[in-house]
Amino acid sequence: MAIVAETSRFGKLSRPVLAWVVGLLFFFPIFWLILTSFKTDADAVKPEFLIFFTPTLENYLNMTENYDYWRFATNSVITSVFATIFALAVGIPCAYAMAFNPSRATKDVLMWMLSTKMLPAAAVLYPMTFLTKSLGLFDTHFMVIVVLMLINLPIVIWMLFTYFKEIPKDIIEAGQMDGVSTWGEVKEILIPLAWGGIASTALLCFIFCWNEAYWTVRLTTTEAATLSKLIEGNRAPEGLFFGRLSAVSAAAVGPIIVLGWFCQKQLVQGLTFGAVK
Amino acid sequence: MGRIVLENVTKSFGDAQVIPPLDLTIEDGEFAVFVGPSGCGKSTLLRLIAGLEETTSGKIMIDGEDATQVPPSKRGLAMVFQSYALYPHMTVRKNIAFPLRMAKMDQAEIDKKVEGAAKILNLDDYLEQKPGQLSGGQRQRVAIGRAIVREPAAFLFDEPLSNLDAALRVGMRLEISELHNRLATTMIYVTHDQVEAMTMANKIVVLRAGHIEQVGSPLDLYRTPRNLFVAGFIGSPKMNFIEGAEAEKHGAKTIGIRPEHIAVSSDTGPWEGTVGVSEHLGSDTFFHIHNSGLAETITVRADGEVGFKHGDRVRLAPREDVIHRFGADGLRIE
Repeated sequence: MAIVAETSRFGKLSRPVLAWVVGLLFFFPIFWLILTSFKTDADAVKPEFLIFFTPTLENYLNMTENYDYWRFATNSVITSVFATIFALAVGIPCAYAMAFNPSRATKDVLMWMLSTKMLPAAAVLYPMTFLTKSLGLFDTHFMVIVVLMLINLPIVIWMLFTYFKEIPKDIIEAGQMDGVSTWGEVKEILIPLAWGGIASTALLCFIFCWNEAYWTVRLTTTEAATLSKLIEGNRAPEGLFFGRLSAVSAAAVGPIIVLGWFCQKQLVQGLTFGAVK
Repeated sequence: MGRIVLENVTKSFGDAQVIPPLDLTIEDGEFAVFVGPSGCGKSTLLRLIAGLEETTSGKIMIDGEDATQVPPSKRGLAMVFQSYALYPHMTVRKNIAFPLRMAKMDQAEIDKKVEGAAKILNLDDYLEQKPGQLSGGQRQRVAIGRAIVREPAAFLFDEPLSNLDAALRVGMRLEISELHNRLATTMIYVTHDQVEAMTMANKIVVLRAGHIEQVGSPLDLYRTPRNLFVAGFIGSPKMNFIEGAEAEKHGAKTIGIRPEHIAVSSDTGPWEGTVGVSEHLGSDTFFHIHNSGLAETITVRADGEVGFKHGDRVRLAPREDVIHRFGADGLRIE
């Protein structure tokens, strides 16, 4: 008995300690990023582990004054929000059809959708650039929204499909017997029942859109450029200004970290694909 | 009105035909029970009528109109599911009101109908609760309430009592029968339990592997089963089947005699055997008789007071007028 009690006490203690260690380990780069963003460029490149220094807001002021941070931030919000809305607008009906009226091809279609995520983005760089330029869509919000939506659609559909699968088919059929139209089924039954899952999916999709860099950097210049582009733009040819770069990066990841903090529960649920009820 | 006619209806899932061509008529106001062992296609047949499965071929007529291609939401039928299938995010009141709200009925009338249904089903006190807070029996009542407010052409019940405990099942069985008497609406009820079929139905449809084995009133099926399958399926305990010399004496391949039609005593009767297990139900006792030379076990239903013990030698006297005779093809010989 004593041994059992001891191991469980050990377990009780060790788990939070381990969680904190892992948490701090993951948080360290962000901590360092924020710390560096308050240093002068001269302080930032000093090789020693500099924790105590004279903080400066110069980098942040520089960013808003010279780089028009707010325009990039607005673009990030616009493209991420609309891409998420459109991804859900396409994903919900699609996942609904596959979850409740599966055909023999459903499994293959799902696999095929996921397989598009296995294709390296660089492989379609040329056709994508060519298409956007010849359609006159280069550096437009519309293009960025469409691209962000398309690259996240497979994961959105997969997640929604998994959540919808948990809803008993009987309930949907009861709705049909009660005289509900297909749209009514989605609105009155499916969305209220899968609300948690839909919220997690939207949140995750939003974060992916916000963080996306490969396409936003390559398909925009100024008009539709997002925060990723702003970070990339601070890679000046005359050398790296770590203080400035850190400030830009911190300001780019800041909103999403705050959002993530407030929606921790939904995120965990989303990332475990509905395994946690 | 709720007269339902199936003409030549078939259903296949891929290459597997689960319902071979089938004809069936359910008259308006009838209480029809589809009964059969699991996998016999009874639920599929109900879902075809509901419209939840598409017919592969054939016609389904509801009140004289071809409903084969009509979606379930437009057939005017109500269904009660085994799993209750209540909307977990709505209160009992909203669950019951749901079909009316979908039909765009005005709120005052919805309230009136919901209150009325709640009164019939004793749900008055639970209207503001969510399904998760209710017991199984109450949930099933809500599901029935949701069905009756619509005043459907027919009610479809898909094994509605299977998830309830035994005592509750008997109570709900009576409530549903009472409801049928009161509403006089067509009801189609699917079950694997022949006791439910016998006690509730006006018309029993016995199914096996998608085929209709026999259609008739409970007593028709009990008195004149058309074949060995129906004879063995209807009645509890099961009918005894005897083959060999004893059957040939009656000019049949197999004879069947129900446990309640055999008298057991220590000295009278043409058959003899040893008492095995006795099941004492109080009012009745079921004796399982071995070593009779007729069949492995002969089940006999006797009065509860009859007191033979394990291993006793007893004599059995079948009632000659109720011996069922079956030919080599399994069909009844009149």
